[in-house]
Amino acid sequence: MSFTEIFKSCSWDETSKSIYAKTAMDVEQALTASKRSLEDFKALISPAAAPYLEQMARISQQLTLKRFGKVIQMYVPLYLSNECNNICTYCGFSYDNKVKRKTLSPMEIMQEVAVIKDMGFNHVLLVTGEANQSVHTDYFKKVLDLIKPHFAHISMEVQPLDLEDYKELTPYGLNTVLVYQETYHEEDYKKHHPKGKKSNFQYRLDTPDRLGKAGIHKMGLGVLIGLEDWRTDSFFTAMHLSYLEKQYWQSKYSISFPRLRPFSGGLEPKVAMNDRELVQLICAYRLFNEEVELSISTRESDIFRNNIIKMGITAMSAASKTNPGGYAVEPQSLEQFEISDERSALEIAAMISNQGYEPVWKDWDSSLA
Amino acid sequence: MLKIADKTFSSRLFTGTGKFSSSDEMEHALLASESELITVALKRVNLKDDEDDILLRLKHPRINLLPNTSGVRNAKEAVFAAQMAREALETNWIKLEIHPDPKYLMPDPIETLLATEELAKLGFIVLPYIHADPVLCKRLEDAGTSAVMPLGSPIGSNKGLRTIDFLEIIISQSNVPVIVDAGIGAPSDAAKAMEIGADAVLVNTAIAVSQHPIEMAIAFKMAVQAGRIAYEAKLGSKHQVAIASSPLTSFLDEL
Repeated sequence: MSFTEIFKSCSWDETSKSIYAKTAMDVEQALTASKRSLEDFKALISPAAAPYLEQMARISQQLTLKRFGKVIQMYVPLYLSNECNNICTYCGFSYDNKVKRKTLSPMEIMQEVAVIKDMGFNHVLLVTGEANQSVHTDYFKKVLDLIKPHFAHISMEVQPLDLEDYKELTPYGLNTVLVYQETYHEEDYKKHHPKGKKSNFQYRLDTPDRLGKAGIHKMGLGVLIGLEDWRTDSFFTAMHLSYLEKQYWQSKYSISFPRLRPFSGGLEPKVAMNDRELVQLICAYRLFNEEVELSISTRESDIFRNNIIKMGITAMSAASKTNPGGYAVEPQSLEQFEISDERSALEIAAMISNQGYEPVWKDWDSSLA
Repeated sequence: MLKIADKTFSSRLFTGTGKFSSSDEMEHALLASESELITVALKRVNLKDDEDDILLRLKHPRINLLPNTSGVRNAKEAVFAAQMAREALETNWIKLEIHPDPKYLMPDPIETLLATEELAKLGFIVLPYIHADPVLCKRLEDAGTSAVMPLGSPIGSNKGLRTIDFLEIIISQSNVPVIVDAGIGAPSDAAKAMEIGADAVLVNTAIAVSQHPIEMAIAFKMAVQAGRIAYEAKLGSKHQVAIASSPLTSFLDEL
């Protein structure tokens, strides 16, 4: 069965209702279960679980220590381009936003690489908008060829590609692809993505399947928190994860929890999620899935990031710039969104060490497939 | 003394470098364990860098490095990684870990057998991480393995010797050292493995993730020693107390 079939059999409203109907007893059952189901996950993300947050955090910490140890993996985004043909109501690079468009040239990429290598990074995340006329598979191949000698691990967060493209890119050193559904609410998805290739909900929903079929080593899932009810959206993410793990058992998975951030001329979140709820969601994911990687970006505040590393997070970005050329070429250009934690990589590493965790800069090798 | 290939070991506790809160803590705990064979994931170290922190910390006369291939998914990648390790770390010892399944990290028996064959031909001392599968162990012997490393329970699970019945068969028929790897969660698990006749155990998570890794390393060291002494001293066999009210064989006396 494809994910679409499973997805279509689950209505948004019914799912939402069943999450909000979970009781304290459901939560307690989920807490004591040795293997937790999707129904348990519903209970753990429900309002009924709020009073159990401390208990969830403790279990989450234990499970994470057992699997991942006292380490946090470090990565940094490298924005290659802000050219984009899509209109996304929440994004600073949306087609209808008047920003100067730029796609980095090979020489500019190497200037950026020099700066982020100097900060200590060995795992990099390449980010672009969607501009198929200039930022396409051939461009990605050139970039991968260029930067592969400099990094142990390369991830990409770019437009969804065809199966053939993914198959072509993996031998160039592409290890991980992040593709966030933004929201699993189909009608709302269409409102937020009125124009461009991204308005095709189904193509995006099928992307993890294409990645799995291409044999990608790791893929990252998530929704943009703030577009719709985060509990319901997170349930669909967890359901997607469960499906993918069974279907593509040779791939690794990671989850991110981006909360909508302000940018010039941007949209206010429709559904706000407070810090307490974000902790609840992170712990719920860990209790539900002991092996999935959980990643937190600089969208979150210093205090939040300082404290969350002991509760289930396994990877963290630092000193991020969200504009192409942001590290060296054009530091003053407009960002995709404002980051919140502006500390340097060194400061973040020291903070992690102070908490009794080791910042890990290298946990892969470019010679490994 | 334990002998694997051409090396002898006075400690039967092997350890690993992952999951520690700092390289400082790792170094202290591993020294306290008195371990002489320490595995290190190739993906974690920078082979091009002479100043790699993990490798520098393991530069002790007593410590032998055991590079592992964690992250590879098939025999071809494993052979490539082993060759890279041999060149960079100047050791022909390799802990073969091939897990195509990144969730439970289950070892692939088919690819492991193929890689062992190939690596043994290339002159490597191969220590493969495998399921507690007695037949696979014999096949690996034929392929030229230098030891076998069956799992006690899923890696990182701390569940102890869930595979004990199969470990006992493996130990009873093995011609190469048997090292119980993965799942050992407490010193008592390690002692148990030694009591049933394992030649060594490999422990990482239980030491690294403990609140006091140095003390835990010492506890494992002692447990392994105790278990080995008990094995050599021959444990008394456990027997059930039978309370037979009328002995079945007493009729023989009347004949």
